[in-house]
Amino acid sequence: MGRIKIVGFACNWCCYAGADLAGTSHLKYAPEMRLIRVLCSGRIDPKFILEAFKNGADGVFIGACHPGDCHYQSGNLKTIKRVMLLKKYLKEIGIEEDRLCLEFISASEGEHFQKKVNQFVERIKSLGSLNWK
Amino acid sequence: MADIRIGVYVCHCGTNIAGMVDVQKVVEEIKKMKNVVVSRNYLYMCSDPGQDLIKKDIKEYNLNRVVVASCSPRMHEPTFRNAIKQAGLNPYLLEMANIREQDSWVTEDKEEATKKAISLVRIAVLRASLLEELYEKEVAVMPKALVIGGGISGIQAALDIADSGYEVYLVEKEPSIGGHMAQLEKTFPTLDCSACILTPKMVELTQKKNIKLLTSCEVEEVLGFVGNFKVKIRQKATGVNREICTGCGKCSELCPIFIPNEFDGGLSYRKAIYRPFPQAVPNVFTISFKDCVKCGLCEWNCENMAINLNDQDEIFEINVGAIIVATGYDEFDPRLKPEFGYGRYQEVITGLEFERILNAGGPTYGEIKINGKVPKSIVFIHCVGSRDEQVGNPYCSRVCCMYIAKQAHLAKERLPDCKITVFYIDVRAFGKGFEEFYTRVKNEGVIYRRGSPSEIYKRGDKLVVRSEDTILGEIIEEEADLVVLGTGLVPRKETLELAKKLKLSLSADNFLLEAHPKLRPVDSNIDGVYLCGCCQGPKDIPDSVAQAKGAASSVIALFNKRVVTVEPIQAYVREDYCSGCHICEGLCPYSALEFDSEKRIMRVNEALCRGCGVCPSACPSGAIVMRHYTDEQIEIQVGGLLWEE
Repeated sequence: MGRIKIVGFACNWCCYAGADLAGTSHLKYAPEMRLIRVLCSGRIDPKFILEAFKNGADGVFIGACHPGDCHYQSGNLKTIKRVMLLKKYLKEIGIEEDRLCLEFISASEGEHFQKKVNQFVERIKSLGSLNWK
Repeated sequence: MADIRIGVYVCHCGTNIAGMVDVQKVVEEIKKMKNVVVSRNYLYMCSDPGQDLIKKDIKEYNLNRVVVASCSPRMHEPTFRNAIKQAGLNPYLLEMANIREQDSWVTEDKEEATKKAISLVRIAVLRASLLEELYEKEVAVMPKALVIGGGISGIQAALDIADSGYEVYLVEKEPSIGGHMAQLEKTFPTLDCSACILTPKMVELTQKKNIKLLTSCEVEEVLGFVGNFKVKIRQKATGVNREICTGCGKCSELCPIFIPNEFDGGLSYRKAIYRPFPQAVPNVFTISFKDCVKCGLCEWNCENMAINLNDQDEIFEINVGAIIVATGYDEFDPRLKPEFGYGRYQEVITGLEFERILNAGGPTYGEIKINGKVPKSIVFIHCVGSRDEQVGNPYCSRVCCMYIAKQAHLAKERLPDCKITVFYIDVRAFGKGFEEFYTRVKNEGVIYRRGSPSEIYKRGDKLVVRSEDTILGEIIEEEADLVVLGTGLVPRKETLELAKKLKLSLSADNFLLEAHPKLRPVDSNIDGVYLCGCCQGPKDIPDSVAQAKGAASSVIALFNKRVVTVEPIQAYVREDYCSGCHICEGLCPYSALEFDSEKRIMRVNEALCRGCGVCPSACPSGAIVMRHYTDEQIEIQVGGLLWEE
């Protein structure tokens, strides 16, 4: 089995700041997690996620603000709906829905970020490579 | 389009990055990438020589994109944007790779960390090749401030801003300003009379023409951004015309309703029409309508016809350029520690309640009495609701050690024969003059015993405090007539609601989160919103005042600039692609998408767009472009993360 590949997305105000806090606190986590910064999780077009799976990602991680805490009022609520819908679609095209993960992580939750990332990477490792055609 | 010429700069950050990441290898790998003209590493990129290196290369190699791989862009993006701007490049042609906070500090294996760094720098280079020039706009700042909370922090902040000549609205939800400080008897460690040092400031506030005091008011809604906030304020019905009321108190004399007085911790009574305390500012009476039966006796007795029993809440809007949040704290509710019997035994009281008992304006007029009797023994207990994982408060409240020392001193002074015992875990006397005061109190005969009591129960008419003395290593039972709990400070519920309205982040302990724990202690995560006092975390009066002054000077600096630059990160509609389907319209949280009925397409109102990017992610025709976060710029990063290594 080859090395797993993960695409991470994080909103600037909550999850990305939470990831920075994990860094400042020197909390170690799986090196497979690499984040793309967007201003709001609502910017994450479902097509980015599908592109990721198409091009070889074994898992896609989205970190957003907690519901009610979105810097842009309601962007994360739209992300929730999109992810729910996309998970159904992924199942239909033969991708385990667990490969897509949405977590709510605030700017002060460095430990929570570490925990959720490690859980997700473990889950993807146990699912193995996607091999999706 | 001109050639893309990218310069890549990998920072060692001393050993912070270079200790874990093979920076030379990163440089070599990235050098192989298309469009990369120079790739270098340097000890500290953020230093002057580091920045000069970039500026020199921009000129020498004719660079038109710059990638800095260092710390988080949340830290140094402004620094490097400014550096490339000085060398004549558009600041938005900078991209950063976060190889410190999100790589070297969180990865255990050097090889893995280097791989990750290469991957992160690679996607930064790919994205940089697609970056476009953007131009910042300047927006005028409304030079008026809103201070939320009328405790000592809010009062100080409002006074400082007003002193510099700007207008201030001070919103306080209670009928009077003063906050918790108005409830205190003396302040530690100097034993200044709390009211004596607070009330002159309260009075000064009313005399400032450029401070508008909005008591019995709450913030309803906040819209807008730095320089231009629109705030809806709810003026709660007080039943009294505050312009006419002279504070004579005749209304209250006849009121037949008795309510436990919140200001005295419920140890005394007030009427349904009341003034919280004699030095209240403004000096007016207020009806608490939840208690009032509308008998009309107050109305009948008011000579000035100031009373209106049919008063209703009113909502009005104000425009401000900056907001200071100074909403303070709540005292921990010791009912959550049922083993101490608070609420069951009248002789068990909180620190703030004892403060009222000590106060000459309090329920016992300053005589230490409980149930009408003078106690012969008093026990104080430290850390009630602080440093306690069981109740979810692992933090230290920072004031309890010293307020207990102060209260023990005052009790000993007034009742020299009273036996006073303090149970502590450890004493944190860290501030100026604290340790000296603590030593003085011990020398006055107050007994300090190390141990955290497990239980309080009643034996006859005495309370018994059961604890281990961890120095003697034995279980002890201490009899007491009065037990004062050193209750900690907790975040206010109302502050949590306000945080939602202002989109403020919270710390893990639910106090408001500052923008940077060391370097931006008064800024919040929202530009133009500042924090001071205990809403940001427990602190004593001098620290609160210092932070208030800091927040005020941040506001004054902002107002002096007169304009703010707005990041040009907004969406726009490509007219040829838009079908006018309106899907985006309902998604925008700011109603920034407007329909052009002539061309039958949507348009983005740039004054309203905040750049979240929800609309382009939903547009079925790909007509909406999010500047600086375009589909192509994100997709190329996704692709870059998936390169075969």
